[in-house]
Amino acid sequence: MSWKKALIPLASVPLIILLAYGFRTDPKAIPSPLVRQPAPGFRMAVYDAGELSLETLKGKPVVLNFWASWCYPACYEEAPLLESTWRKYEAQGLMVVGVDIQDKEANAREFMRRFDFTFPNGPDPGSKISIDYGVYGVPETFFIDRQGRITHKHVGALTPALMEAQVQAILKGN
Amino acid sequence: MRSQQAAWAGSPTGASGYRGGRRAILALAWALVWIGLVIPGVAPAASGSAKADAGPWNPELEEHVREIASGLRCVVCQNLSVADSPSDLAKEMRNLVRELVQQGKSREEIQAYFVSRYGEFVLLSPPKRGFNLLVWGLPFVAILAGAWGVYLVARRWTLRREEAEPAVDPVYAERVRRDLQEREGPVGS
Repeated sequence: MSWKKALIPLASVPLIILLAYGFRTDPKAIPSPLVRQPAPGFRMAVYDAGELSLETLKGKPVVLNFWASWCYPACYEEAPLLESTWRKYEAQGLMVVGVDIQDKEANAREFMRRFDFTFPNGPDPGSKISIDYGVYGVPETFFIDRQGRITHKHVGALTPALMEAQVQAILKGN
Repeated sequence: MRSQQAAWAGSPTGASGYRGGRRAILALAWALVWIGLVIPGVAPAASGSAKADAGPWNPELEEHVREIASGLRCVVCQNLSVADSPSDLAKEMRNLVRELVQQGKSREEIQAYFVSRYGEFVLLSPPKRGFNLLVWGLPFVAILAGAWGVYLVARRWTLRREEAEPAVDPVYAERVRRDLQEREGPVGS
């Protein structure tokens, strides 16, 4: 085979590599520039519990979850895990905060009642907090360490293993 | 001195001026009371709609907002800008762009804000620097390479045809000549 004939299969190698890379990546996944950065501050009206701001949670590890009652099934799948994590680690100083986005209040309350949410949750009028955190879908969860830095962002329903690993990391202050 | 004279000369008329001023103040107070009593029914609605639409309609502002929003990608759509997308999130992003414009933020500052939240993915046109230069340059490289390939193939075809034309089998040519001679008789008979 002459070198000219070998050029044709050789030229297809970069194309195959590019396609292999393209097919292995999720085109809908947007890497967040906020990871390892200070979490944007926010102030939120909490359902039936006054107001909450990130500033007041300084020094505490925070699991910040963006959800909506219309987000089925992912938000419904992870909701019990959020509540159980809150109950398990509340005594160790962990805060779980829910931000309900683009939702109707009655539906949101029904959702919270259904999963017996006891951690603070509040609406996000104008999606200000969501946009400030670069949220593009629900559910999305941010893990914030004691220094107020985002250590991890998870898109989609949380799994018990991932939740445990990330919570342990922010509790230890890693 | 002149101002002193004016002040003194003005004092007699100053009394009437004062009375006139008092009437004006009273009229203004009445007007304010009227505005307070009659307009309230309208005012909250107006302020409510102003809140929802971020102020009265301003074509220049809206054009500027649209221009900025058309450069931002709707993050929940496929290849739609924030200006064109009907999604709720894009609508909220447009409202935020409007708010930032009203705060006096420049196009670059607003783009930088969205990039700091969503990364460069949020820009519909990737900035012409670093790795992104490949995105801008590769199409032109591909067009040039394609044109060069077409040229090479066309040249090869042309050469083949030229080579193929004179290649008449001499045995076949001789047989044709002989057959023609036999049919028509010897040349010149």
